[in-house]
Amino acid sequence: MPEQPFEPERAIAGTGMGGAMDLAASEAETLEQQSSAASGGRAPGGPEGTGPSGKPHSLWSDAWRDLRRNPVFIISALVILFLVVISLWPSLIASGNPLKCDLAKAQEGSQPGHPFGYDGQGCDVYTRTVYGTRTSVTVGVLATLGVAIFGSVLGGLAGFFGGVWDSILSRLTDIFFAIPVVLGGLVLLSVVTSNTVWPVIGFMVLLGWPQISRIARGSVITAKQNDYVQAARALGASNSRLLLRHITPNAVAPVIVVATIALGTYISLEATLSYLGVGLKPPTVSWGIDISAASQYIRNAPHMLLWPAGALAITVLAFIMLGDAVRDALDPKLR
Amino acid sequence: MAESILEVTGLVKHYPLTQGILFKKQVGAVKAVDGVDFTLNKGETLGIVGESGCGKSTVAKMLVNLERPTEGSIKFKGEDISRMSGRALKAARRNIQMVFQDPYTSLNPRMTVGDIIGEPYEIHPEVAPKGDRRKRVQDLLDVVGLNPEYINRYPHQFSGGQRQRIGIARGLALRPEVIVADEPVSALDVSVQAQVINLLDRLQDEFDLSYIFIAHDLSIVRHISDRVGVMYLGRIVEIGKDEEIYDHPTHPYTQALLSAVPVPDPDARDHRERIILAGDVPSPTNIPSGCRFRTRCWKAQERCSLEVPLLAVPAEFRLASGPAAHDSACHFAEEKQVVPQEETPEATPDDLDQGAE
Amino acid sequence: MLLEVRDLHVEFRTRDGVAKAVNGVNYSVDEGETLAVLGESGSGKSVTAQAVMGILDTPPGKITGGEILFRGKDLLKFKEDERRKVRGAEMAMIFQDALSSLNPVLSVGDQLGEMFIVHRGMSRKDARTKAVELMDRVRIPGAAQRVRDYPHQFSGGMRQRIMIAMALALEPALIIADEPTTALDVTVQAQVMDLLAELQRELHMGLILITHDLGVVADVADKIAVMYAGRIVESAPVHDIYKAPAHPYTRGLLDSIPRLDQKGQELYAIKGLPPNLMHIPPGCAFNPRCPMAQDVCRTDEPELYEVDQHRGSACHFWRECLNG
Repeated sequence: MPEQPFEPERAIAGTGMGGAMDLAASEAETLEQQSSAASGGRAPGGPEGTGPSGKPHSLWSDAWRDLRRNPVFIISALVILFLVVISLWPSLIASGNPLKCDLAKAQEGSQPGHPFGYDGQGCDVYTRTVYGTRTSVTVGVLATLGVAIFGSVLGGLAGFFGGVWDSILSRLTDIFFAIPVVLGGLVLLSVVTSNTVWPVIGFMVLLGWPQISRIARGSVITAKQNDYVQAARALGASNSRLLLRHITPNAVAPVIVVATIALGTYISLEATLSYLGVGLKPPTVSWGIDISAASQYIRNAPHMLLWPAGALAITVLAFIMLGDAVRDALDPKLR
Repeated sequence: MAESILEVTGLVKHYPLTQGILFKKQVGAVKAVDGVDFTLNKGETLGIVGESGCGKSTVAKMLVNLERPTEGSIKFKGEDISRMSGRALKAARRNIQMVFQDPYTSLNPRMTVGDIIGEPYEIHPEVAPKGDRRKRVQDLLDVVGLNPEYINRYPHQFSGGQRQRIGIARGLALRPEVIVADEPVSALDVSVQAQVINLLDRLQDEFDLSYIFIAHDLSIVRHISDRVGVMYLGRIVEIGKDEEIYDHPTHPYTQALLSAVPVPDPDARDHRERIILAGDVPSPTNIPSGCRFRTRCWKAQERCSLEVPLLAVPAEFRLASGPAAHDSACHFAEEKQVVPQEETPEATPDDLDQGAE
Repeated sequence: MLLEVRDLHVEFRTRDGVAKAVNGVNYSVDEGETLAVLGESGSGKSVTAQAVMGILDTPPGKITGGEILFRGKDLLKFKEDERRKVRGAEMAMIFQDALSSLNPVLSVGDQLGEMFIVHRGMSRKDARTKAVELMDRVRIPGAAQRVRDYPHQFSGGMRQRIMIAMALALEPALIIADEPTTALDVTVQAQVMDLLAELQRELHMGLILITHDLGVVADVADKIAVMYAGRIVESAPVHDIYKAPAHPYTRGLLDSIPRLDQKGQELYAIKGLPPNLMHIPPGCAFNPRCPMAQDVCRTDEPELYEVDQHRGSACHFWRECLNG
């Protein structure tokens, strides 16, 4: 019965396999340092002093070593580096002006000097796509920063102190989780008249913090229960020392991971909101706006849609891949 | 009689069980520790044994002020430290330090060994001037038998036994007078356990320490302790000098516990009497009336469900002055030898020299 | 012979190199016999058992040599589906951590019954009856009611009994118990060990008991294989080894445990640490920690010398060790 959902021998073997894995891991990890002790005359020895990995290395540097060997990380990091550079200096690769349009050339296809063709207003799609990067990256990065700071401070404090504030915060996150993002955006942002990126970022922080807050709370609670936190408390360490020195460094990894992945989704959320007409508004140059505008012409001039949509997809994918790679490096058990 | 350094009276810790999401109401309590008294004398080791869930670790946490007792007092040199707060508490903490069970979770993986052992000085800067700290940390590493050059390494670069030495060094940093060791060797390999036990033994003499040694392994507790208390379901059921408890136990739980310990002697297995207790330890939320051990005791009678036995020398031994006359909380206490007595070959001095020094 | 492991080699290929977990292990166990495999973490005792059960994670593990003869047939030459038929029905394993070995979302009755449905083709109803029988057999009180309970509703000792029931379900000829009582309290440990020994006698099974606890070994084993750095350093009938160990490692282990019946002076401590399996010292793997080590120990790897007909010791100086 190969299709049995439950195989008894597997059930029995379950931990055995895990055990073998653990063993391999622990051998790799703990046995590395033991041999010098065994060979030295001094009874309780120490870590290997002369081995290939003899110099002290922290878990962060281990993660970095892991990342450097991960092709997913290298590719996504290169893509992101490129995106950041062109969002800072778009003129490096695009000499034109995204707002300089020539209606006469509307919807024209690819031609020399204008590889992506023209959009419905006769603006150069290539230039607009390049300049749109800045908006997307800005919104993504700022929204993520806001969400990460706001969410992790609230969630972290609630997790650390517990009690009534924790209960209130937990219920509050439940309420925010219940708000449908797009619908919330349509309602809240439709009343905003400002023409900057700030209302969109503010909206994302408002709806995004519960996600990070929940992660931060959970990982702070996990870290708080570790014996080394108890040990520091027994020494008389203050709450701020416990939080800054012992808990935060050990609880921050999941927050970084989730925030990196979320960054991609904020970029696509910006596009979604702009597409729906409640996000950014012209003359701001944004992929979402261009996608929205291009969608009317999808049959006649698909290139208008393809380029900004493709740029968006690559950007979002790059951040999600980066988040994945960072997660694998920081916390192999989370996989 | 020796001078007492720690006096614990009527120690109780109940964790409330609550229901409700925002507004919680208490529906019961986990009675983790339910009336514990003992005294620790200067320079001695008091072992506390018991099975998981008996409350021994909770006692340890209260001793180092990680938990506040629900009731009772913990007096260090006559001063109740369990109700202190702020500056007084911080100062009091210096005197009682803890060594934790799991050397893998008790050291912060993001800190170097130097930072870990030096942290006590950062928290209590008055103990050591800044310029002196690194030297002190290196001295401590040397004292616990680690190479002082490893000061910049991270915990994960060490084996379990070495990490436990780091934990011990941290516990020693503030020169405490009492060390509470909660299962300090149970996570270590057999051949490494002996090294750590010997180290604790040596440090006790060197630093004039008094130990509370908590463990489930009765052999190790006997080895290191001068006196032993046996805990069951939040209470001490029997307490006395090590030979009183091990060679002349009078409480049925102690007897069962001792008889269940596997003895590394295959010849003993045929003629050894084993008391196999029925059932499991009752839940600490629902403690049996009267004697809490009665549900598993083969001697239990009606009296046991009605009357709580007090921890005192049982009436039948009160007049005698032999080793059976020690505190035992049982209505029907009787002496029973359960540990096979056997003369073992003397350890040769040569053997002892091989110890980890 | 029920099971014979011959010159087994297992390696783990990790990012940092090759860890030689098992380096030429030989042991055998017969029906009705209890073999205790004694060793510290990293000695290869569990890896050997996993190789025997066929549940070694490959990769990173790899069996690089040797034979595992079960009733004379080499299991390593079996195909995976043939192997699967052996597992559970012919040999079963009991793990240390019963809670994580049981499926938390299925009742224990379902998990026990599944064995009969899959291997014996029984109906659900019959399987349920069998499950209750099994639970009775491992003395779980009120089996008929508790068969519907989930693993977390049982205490640690009871869960370990369920694991034993599961292992016994198909009446295998060989049981491998990997630290079956390490996670349990002493009084419960005694209950579980007694039960296991009794069932083994009753069913005339072979039992391989993997443990680090010299006390448990003395209580139940017929013979012992002491492992160190992936090799057997001493194998002997249980009485002999406690009376006079023929390997300095065994001697060190026996001397280093505190005794219940006496208050010790300083404990003997084996100096140093178990070796790194990626850099096992040349010669005898124990030589850096051995009080008796001579030059030859640093160069020549000792074979398992025959001490007497039933006994072997992988020490160049086993005679000196035997005589104290």
